[in-house]
Amino acid sequence: MTLLGTLALWLALLVGVWGALAGFVGGLNGRADLAHSARHAVFAMCGALLVAVVSLEWALFQHDFNVEYVAAYTSRNLPIFYTWSALYAGQKGSLLFWATVLSVFGSLALVLTPRHHRELLPYVAGVVSLAAAFFVSVMLFGHANPFQRLPYTPLDGNGLNPQLQNPGMVFHPPMLYLGYISITIPFAFAIAALLSRRLDTDWLVAIRKWTLLSWLFLSIGICLGMWWAYVELGWGGYWAWDPVENASLLPWLTMTAFLHSVMIQEKRGMLKKWNLALIIGSWLLSIFGTFITRSGVISSVHSFTQSSVGYFFLAFLIVAGTASFALYTSRLPLLAAEARLESMVSREASFLFNNLLFIGIAFSVLWGTLFPILSELVQGTKVTVGPPFFNQVNIPLGLALLALTGIGPLIAWRRASIPNLQRQFAVPGTVGVFTALILLVAGMRDFYALMAMALGGFVAGTVVQEFARGARARHRQYGEGYALALGRLLARNRRRYGGYIVHTGIVILFVAFAGMAFKTETEASLRPGESASIKSPYGWTYRLTHLGISQYDALNRQVTAATLEVTRDGKRLGVLTPEKRQHVDGLGRPTFQPSSEVGIRSDLREDLYVVLGGVVNGTEQAVFRFTINPLVWWVWYGGMIIALGGLIVMWPGGSPAAKRSQAGYAVRLVGEDR
Amino acid sequence: MTVTRRHDGELHLNRRAFLTLGAGSFLGVVASWRHATLQSPDSLPGTGPSGRLWDPARAGRPLEPVTTADNDAVIRAIEKQLHCTCGCNLDVYTCRTTDFTCTVSPAMHEQVVDLAAQGMTGPQIIDQFVRQHGVAILMAPPKRGFNLAGYFVPSLAIIAAGVVLTLVLRRWARTAAPDPVPARPLAAAGTPEELERLRGELDRLSV
Repeated sequence: MTLLGTLALWLALLVGVWGALAGFVGGLNGRADLAHSARHAVFAMCGALLVAVVSLEWALFQHDFNVEYVAAYTSRNLPIFYTWSALYAGQKGSLLFWATVLSVFGSLALVLTPRHHRELLPYVAGVVSLAAAFFVSVMLFGHANPFQRLPYTPLDGNGLNPQLQNPGMVFHPPMLYLGYISITIPFAFAIAALLSRRLDTDWLVAIRKWTLLSWLFLSIGICLGMWWAYVELGWGGYWAWDPVENASLLPWLTMTAFLHSVMIQEKRGMLKKWNLALIIGSWLLSIFGTFITRSGVISSVHSFTQSSVGYFFLAFLIVAGTASFALYTSRLPLLAAEARLESMVSREASFLFNNLLFIGIAFSVLWGTLFPILSELVQGTKVTVGPPFFNQVNIPLGLALLALTGIGPLIAWRRASIPNLQRQFAVPGTVGVFTALILLVAGMRDFYALMAMALGGFVAGTVVQEFARGARARHRQYGEGYALALGRLLARNRRRYGGYIVHTGIVILFVAFAGMAFKTETEASLRPGESASIKSPYGWTYRLTHLGISQYDALNRQVTAATLEVTRDGKRLGVLTPEKRQHVDGLGRPTFQPSSEVGIRSDLREDLYVVLGGVVNGTEQAVFRFTINPLVWWVWYGGMIIALGGLIVMWPGGSPAAKRSQAGYAVRLVGEDR
Repeated sequence: MTVTRRHDGELHLNRRAFLTLGAGSFLGVVASWRHATLQSPDSLPGTGPSGRLWDPARAGRPLEPVTTADNDAVIRAIEKQLHCTCGCNLDVYTCRTTDFTCTVSPAMHEQVVDLAAQGMTGPQIIDQFVRQHGVAILMAPPKRGFNLAGYFVPSLAIIAAGVVLTLVLRRWARTAAPDPVPARPLAAAGTPEELERLRGELDRLSV
């Protein structure tokens, strides 16, 4: 099967190169035969890469340890779930996964795109083929062939890194990959629009679902990554501003900016240059993220092993960036706006400032991520840029963005009058001020946490007001009950009200982030029977009594588990069993350093988070770290609500009125000034 | 007790034997339960020394008991400003309380505790680490020299872009083209209040 896999890779490369040539030449010369061939080349490449994936999975499930990749990432006793996920656990396999998913997305784009966009499709096939062929060439020429064989066959493999043996890690990387990869489709359409000079709003309609899909995958992938870091890494948080984490945030920020600014182009024919730049920039940032993860140029706990593939990605990034920029600048004269901004106090203006902040935060994150390299170049000394730096720079920007999340929907399109503003801001503004006052009276003094929650109240007020007004209008107009009116309001205008649901998720996330300002932690070494106490920011006290330690063997690990009885203000809550795990291969040999498995007791208010550090002198006296993390579940709920809102926005259909509006329909009062 | 084993392998007991066997089993279970509870006081509050683990190596690197200094808020604050050099990208406090296989962060912690015991203040301890390891030991670069660019370039860039955006938008707003829709007398359109209400409704219904 490995020979078949390698052959499939070579076939995919050849077909991909042909697809790129045929797509571009066919598109530029209007050759229908070549365009047709490019389309089929994408399908053929997809088929070849799927054969390669099946071949690698076959080798993984057959425990063919003569294949270097199989020996490096699996063992005989690895649970089947993780044997499957070993496909993308390592550098080589993840490159194959990337190329395959890209070819699948490319095929779907070619099949699902309506026929009236057919002028764009040869170029789309060309870009997808080129990008996928690049990934295949990295595998074949960058010493990253997952089918490479060893000169000997080990009795068992190394097994999967224990930290990757977590359900979050099964879903988090594919989701992020899907997000990264699917950006290629909007990018391909953007390049197609530039090459074909069809730069009206039409190409945006073709990519609407793809941009939302990409944003949704990135959002889910980032949230799952936070969850995995929290439950698996044991440091008691979910975001550490690690370069690889930052790399996933960058395209999310630019894509979110695009999802806002594209509305202005669709409704008013403005910001054409800006939207194209955002799509191209998002794609380049996704490649940049891949470069960071795989090059080892920046130290990160998430990185793959350092290898030469980083040079390939750097070269690709430079070539693709230069070519895109040259094409973009050559088409600038064709990208003139069809309308002008009419007032500084308008939704268009607020969206522009929202975009400014999104891009500003993206720049700030990129700047901080690259600053160690820059400092080494300029000062000759490397510096560390950790969470204190990023928090200092980004928290104020994040709060400003949260404020705009509430302000934007309150301002009318085109121009807002003073009475209109007063009417719109009265309720949300009051909610925000009251939230701040209540928290101040309750004793909250942390400025940023207070601001986050007050602004959260303001944005929540905006969302509730928008839903309430819409439902009331339907109730008055159609006599519908409020629940039905609310449901139909959402169903008839998914984009707008789904967007508000996403805003609600963002508010919940910000409140959760603010909660971490009140994190408390302590260390203790306890003999069986001894207890330690930790005070919650809510005022109550947890008491943790060490009951003892047990050791036992599980499927692919030797477990040392401590049992702690937990009480809160004297009331028994249950037991927690943090563990140390020594993973072993099928022959019982240790494979990695012992890892920690945290014990977590959660409710909506806070998490009690317990880490077993180890034992003292080989006895049951154990060292623990106890942490209270407030509002952590709000992060997961916020993520779920964002995903739900994204799904509602993406859901097919919508009222004819909404479609008309999205296609650029606008109403102006007779006699109204522009 | 009469036990008859038939050729089909089933076990047949008379009533007395059954009751005797049942009572014996019950007493056996009760006795073994007593035995277990008597064996367990090592894990109960206020009793003797903690027992040894069957295989301590499975629990990772042997650790020292936690001391008061380990939980000292000042020590913790200092350690949160120092970068562990093991390659984990975490600060010393987080690393030593997370990755218990790391030997670098515990050693750095010991050094912080020793320096604090010598009477050094937080800034002096941090300066000592910077002298020893360079500025890369800090979790965030010190605010001086080129590092100021690290802190202020993003904010300045955003402010500058904001100013430029504001100026451009104002110019656009001033030079907006006149309405191509021919204006009709306003007299028939309604009162200003009605127009405002209509505008509000249109704003609300717009996507």
